[in-house]
Amino acid sequence: MSEARLMQGNEACAEGAMAAGVNFFGGYPITPSTEIAEIMAKELPALGGTFIQMEDEIAGIAVVLGAALGGRKALTATSGPGFSLKQELIGYGCIAEIPIVIANVQRLGPATGQPTSPAQGDVMQARWGTHGDHPMIALSPWNVRESFDVAVMAVNYAERFRTPVIILLDEVVGHMREKVVLPKAEDIEIYPRRKPSCTREEGYKPYTPMADLVPNPADFGTGHHIHVTGLVHDETGFPTGSAQVTEDTIKRLHEKISRVQEQITHYDEFFMEDAEYAVLAYGGTARTAYAAVELARKQGIKVGMVRLMTIWPFADKIVKKVAKKVKKILVPEMNYGQLVLEVERAAAGQATVISLPKYNTEIFTPQEISTAIEELAAEVVK
Amino acid sequence: MQQLRLCGSGGQGVITAAIILAEAAIMENKESVQSQSYGPEARGGASKAEVIISEQFIYHPKVVKPDVVLALTQQAADRYSSDLCGNGILIIDEDLVPESPIHPSIVKVPLTRLAVEELGKDLFTNIVALGLLVKVTGVVSFETIQKAVAKRVPKATIEKNMKALQIGYDSIK
Repeated sequence: MSEARLMQGNEACAEGAMAAGVNFFGGYPITPSTEIAEIMAKELPALGGTFIQMEDEIAGIAVVLGAALGGRKALTATSGPGFSLKQELIGYGCIAEIPIVIANVQRLGPATGQPTSPAQGDVMQARWGTHGDHPMIALSPWNVRESFDVAVMAVNYAERFRTPVIILLDEVVGHMREKVVLPKAEDIEIYPRRKPSCTREEGYKPYTPMADLVPNPADFGTGHHIHVTGLVHDETGFPTGSAQVTEDTIKRLHEKISRVQEQITHYDEFFMEDAEYAVLAYGGTARTAYAAVELARKQGIKVGMVRLMTIWPFADKIVKKVAKKVKKILVPEMNYGQLVLEVERAAAGQATVISLPKYNTEIFTPQEISTAIEELAAEVVK
Repeated sequence: MQQLRLCGSGGQGVITAAIILAEAAIMENKESVQSQSYGPEARGGASKAEVIISEQFIYHPKVVKPDVVLALTQQAADRYSSDLCGNGILIIDEDLVPESPIHPSIVKVPLTRLAVEELGKDLFTNIVALGLLVKVTGVVSFETIQKAVAKRVPKATIEKNMKALQIGYDSIK
């Protein structure tokens, strides 16, 4: 184990990305994500990597897509307005199957909103911000150490599934500092860049799916021909108008993720053994929710907690299981009520789902959430 | 658990002081969380930094009810000290907070003036304040805060910063 030190969430995110092999950063600084770019600018050149500040956030993700196609493990980082600008090219990464990681440190929006204030208002945008049908992986850490681990995981998932992965940080976790002990380099598992399994003579086509439904297109400059497009393409990588290929492609893009959904659903359960009520939370809010659950337990309320790290794909099975067990599920979030809609859908009437939204620049206090728990426990269940 | 709040205006170094205090707590094998809030301005806006120090893992990352508030401006003292614990301590720069909020336990020291007169620059105010904060709270030892400051500041300024700490520490009995 390395030494304990004080570290910021954004810093841990940057360190985690580099530990997972990220050697290219492109982006445009924006509060509250700027520290990620700052650290990359300071450290990547010394590691033989590349940092480039582009003219705006769109160019910031474009250059990251290009770097990934050229064999680099590549990251961009942004917040609200920048995340909006990047949406089109996130979709490009989905269909062209380019492994990139986007760290979005959420701040209060819409638009410029409250640049230095925390929020969790980009939950649905992370899922549906780019147009068209596509799967999405988004991971939300709740502490500084996990910001490191999530960054490693995001890079690995991007490489393994050849898809954009979103690190859904929030200002609370991104900007707080706490004691961390980082893992040793040799204990970090790194998913290597996928390589073509055969030569052109042996029948190599860049977009032929392997057994895991993920293709192994060659990196630019490795001796293979490759054509990359945002149009629907067949195994050769060239566009096609075929209805069948279109249907198969959209289906495969979804299934390469859905077939491993359980493996990539990361969550914690606390005090759930005897729970009659549950709080479901994520990111910075989950820290306060935990403190609130402890307070409510002291009042004798049988309340447990589910903390989601994987936000997308949504943890349907976990929520279904919880909904069968408890009477009510409280969902505090720093937004007008977003993930609560998914919780409601997955709970499917098995438990009453209650939204506890907050969107006034301040984070929840433990007392606010524990009061909400007391209220829902006091109400007579019809 | 100790909840401390350091506030002033942007540029006075309260966030840096809070980071150093949190690092000192970690040197003593304690758990520590540091956070801050500030406006979009780089200088001059209200700036608030918080440090929680505990023997156990800290979940809620912000101060709920501060045990100590250090305020370096009138605006910060007015805005950020009203939720102090009844037995908590308010520490103010007596020159910059002329109208002290009403509180049973107030420590008044001319922190900025001490930095300017003894060290030639108001730049050292935050470190003078740290010395005083450690004297008042005992939240970490003086030796540990010395180590933490030395680790964080530029090498060429270590000597002056050590002096700043001592001045703050010795500013009250």
